[in-house]
Amino acid sequence: MKGQRFLGLAYLAPYIIGLLVFTAVPFLASLYLSFTDYDLLSAPEWVGWDNFKKLFTRDRTFWKSLNVTLLYVFITVPLKLAFALFIAAILNYRLRFINFFRTAFYVPSILGGSIAIAVLWRYMFASEGLVNMALGTVGLVPVDWFGDPGNALFTITLLRCWQFGSAMVIFLAALQSIDKSLYEAAAIDGASKTRIFFYITLPLLTPVIFFNLIMQMVQAFQEFNGPYIITQGGPLKSTYLLPLYIYDEAFKKFDMGYASAIAWVLFVIIMVLTLIAFWSSKKWVYYAGDKRS
Amino acid sequence: MDMQAFNDAQAARRARLMMLQQSIRYVLLFAVGLVMLYPLIWLVGASFKTNSEIFAGAGFLPRNPTLDGYIHGWQTSTPYTFGRFFWNSFLIILPKVIGTAISCTLAAYAFARFDFPLKKVFFVSVIAILLLPNVVTRIPQYILFRDFGWLDTFLPLWVPSALAGDAFFVFMLVQFLRSLPSDMEEAARVDGANSLQTLLYIVVPMLAPALISVCLFQFMWTMNDFLGPLIYLSSVDKYPVSLALKLSIDTTEAFEWNRILAMSVLTIAPALIIFFAAQRYFIEGISAGGVKG
Repeated sequence: MKGQRFLGLAYLAPYIIGLLVFTAVPFLASLYLSFTDYDLLSAPEWVGWDNFKKLFTRDRTFWKSLNVTLLYVFITVPLKLAFALFIAAILNYRLRFINFFRTAFYVPSILGGSIAIAVLWRYMFASEGLVNMALGTVGLVPVDWFGDPGNALFTITLLRCWQFGSAMVIFLAALQSIDKSLYEAAAIDGASKTRIFFYITLPLLTPVIFFNLIMQMVQAFQEFNGPYIITQGGPLKSTYLLPLYIYDEAFKKFDMGYASAIAWVLFVIIMVLTLIAFWSSKKWVYYAGDKRS
Repeated sequence: MDMQAFNDAQAARRARLMMLQQSIRYVLLFAVGLVMLYPLIWLVGASFKTNSEIFAGAGFLPRNPTLDGYIHGWQTSTPYTFGRFFWNSFLIILPKVIGTAISCTLAAYAFARFDFPLKKVFFVSVIAILLLPNVVTRIPQYILFRDFGWLDTFLPLWVPSALAGDAFFVFMLVQFLRSLPSDMEEAARVDGANSLQTLLYIVVPMLAPALISVCLFQFMWTMNDFLGPLIYLSSVDKYPVSLALKLSIDTTEAFEWNRILAMSVLTIAPALIIFFAAQRYFIEGISAGGVKG
């Protein structure tokens, strides 16, 4: 389309304005703010590396929070993906009611991020809540879900794992797109089902696993609603994820500079892990038609 | 035993094994489905229970069904009823969804159908926004909206989306549009239609299924959004349901559980109804592009 070199740019204009005003400028501004002391009232004051020095050397809350965040992400993401893949693999057998099951498993993903579900979680895991009552009926001892720091993080983790549906739907779509002749050929060669799964299915799924891994990780690092409503970060800050800490510093204490510094530490962690995932993907992600395997 | 009988026996045994495996799969799926959905079923049942009954047993059927929770919960402890908060949610959602649909369509049209300077850079920026954690840009965005005088209005919730800020939707529409042939558009162009007419009369109708997915997801996410309104809205009369529910938790007497559960049910009802009415678009939407959540 000659003579229309800039027509595309015209259609893209809203996006470009949004990109600059609401993403690019704020992105750089937050980097700048992380080197300042800024309380919203007076102008930002440049303090050099002070915020970061304080974070890494004197701020125990930060270390605790970072620790909890990493623990949360490293438990939640693999657990959720493994479960999603497991259920998708079962659904991929020619079952009846597949649409019914797929819908049922997807419902939690639709509602999972809402405050109502966080409220529900609070009631379910309360000391006399649904879960403990269910444990009681099968003769198990009730668990102190929110009083014990170890358990509290686990209940928050469960909330996210419960929302495995969207990852599952993506896995299922990928499973259904696998060429059936590959399975037939393998079966004729006498390969067992386990072998077929690990040598054919899994390699062909790696691009989708990779995609899910990145998306789930980026989101898990930003979990806010669950811990904010369910445990308020407690007990003993055992569910005080970094987004909660950033929120408190920024919007309760109005310490914008310090909050930006924490946000940038979180950002760098996410970015490094994403880059590691991308870099390592050359070794384990298999793209069909590619010579590598 | 002759060969024929032996083969028949083998086939029968294999068939029995298949049946057994298939049954195990069904049992497993039903068990998982029950565990997944029981909390929601319990939530709905418990919202009709009396307060003393809620923590008295794990069953979901109320013994003395009452609308008490709904009637009192709806009144709230504020001067407003939940009707007001639903109206606010609607006021936030409608412009946001329309703005998203228009701006993302324009951006996708530009990326999929035009060549222009810096196209690659801009497309990379879409992916970058997709992976960029919001936590980094949130604080400067807040300061920006404060300087614009937009705090405690719906503008911070509307405008970024109306400028195609939700990169995921741009990405999804670009992928969809690229998969469609452009013959029709070229034919329209030959007949003298300009690019805007082509967009309106040819591209948008073809994009419709994907656009419906975009609108549904945006509806769902906005309905569930908590952190945005929490940061930007301070007057109770502007609260959407997510914030109002949090407010009810904080202000309702500690033992009035059924009010909170009843309002929780109401806040997830719109999302559930829309999901069941249009689940095809959700499942196709995520299967095609992969989605967060």
